[in-house]
Amino acid sequence: MGKKEIEKRLRSSFGEAIVSVDEINGQTSIEVKCERIVEVCKLLKEEFKFNYLSDLCGADMLNFEDLSARKAYLAIEHGNPPKSVSHEDRFLVIYQLTSLENKERLRLKVKVDGDNPVCPSVTSVFKAANWSEREAFDMYGIEFEGHPDLRRIYMPEEYEHHPLRKDFPLMGVPGSLPLPRK
Amino acid sequence: MAVNRSNESEGFLTTTVDALFNWSLKNSLWPMPLGISCCAIEMMAFAGPRFDVSRFGAEVFRFSPRQSDLLIVAGTVTYKMAKVVRKIYDQMPDPKWVISMGVCASSGGMYRSYSVVQGIDQFVPVDVYVAGCPPRPDSLLKALMVIQKKIQAGGKVVPELEQDKILVE
Repeated sequence: MGKKEIEKRLRSSFGEAIVSVDEINGQTSIEVKCERIVEVCKLLKEEFKFNYLSDLCGADMLNFEDLSARKAYLAIEHGNPPKSVSHEDRFLVIYQLTSLENKERLRLKVKVDGDNPVCPSVTSVFKAANWSEREAFDMYGIEFEGHPDLRRIYMPEEYEHHPLRKDFPLMGVPGSLPLPRK
Repeated sequence: MAVNRSNESEGFLTTTVDALFNWSLKNSLWPMPLGISCCAIEMMAFAGPRFDVSRFGAEVFRFSPRQSDLLIVAGTVTYKMAKVVRKIYDQMPDPKWVISMGVCASSGGMYRSYSVVQGIDQFVPVDVYVAGCPPRPDSLLKALMVIQKKIQAGGKVVPELEQDKILVE
């Protein structure tokens, strides 16, 4: 089952929703429009035997325009995140699929808007996505529509921030995590 | 303790109840091992035959805080774990002592991050800090000896111990 065949099949079924197909070091990654990701996963699982979701993670692609990384870092550490940030397509959700039968791997990427980070949940196709999506929600604040139990997985439930966002200070927000009294 | 010269032939000894009590206390410390990361491996070596903490009477590791009087915090304490550490400390009966083992527990160590408490002395009183990442079992033995000296002195800070009390290297 070649990668070309997969690409052809996906393009014929989803057309515009397949944004791009790249191959780097023999690894194929396909960018898909957010709305169709569940259907794409379902097709890959049923027709191409990608029966195992090895990983699902988020990424913050925030880009601080006109600011060097060092300056942006200092601004965040001093509590005033730079204003000139682009929020369009800020987050990525990345799916690593594996076909145990054909010994093949495939990467899917979905861009998620920064102002309204909502992405459909693939838990209906891969049950393994449950905790991974909770992690992405906890760390980046990406909301997965249709997730059966979208709670924080690492941070305390009452926590208000999303620590792996690029505009989150390294040492956290002072006072946001209470300690027991001495 | 003082030897009563007049009764020397009979082998009498006079002492205070406190001194006797402290002497028994310091030689029967029961540690509560709170091994929450890799320091716990060194803590196990400290209890094992090579370093053999039973030479100091502290070999009875109780996994129940209610039966222990020495809390060894061996590892990285996150904000989520801090409540648990404090609860275990609160459950231990008085008198009790705390060893902060390794740099993670003492200062956050290499975890300069939003999730790790930068030193457990922010929420529990610490008697001895042990430096190292992880510290060798000998350092932990030294920390135990410092606590023994502190107990023998009635919990007071002994000037000759001042340096030891702060940090065992």
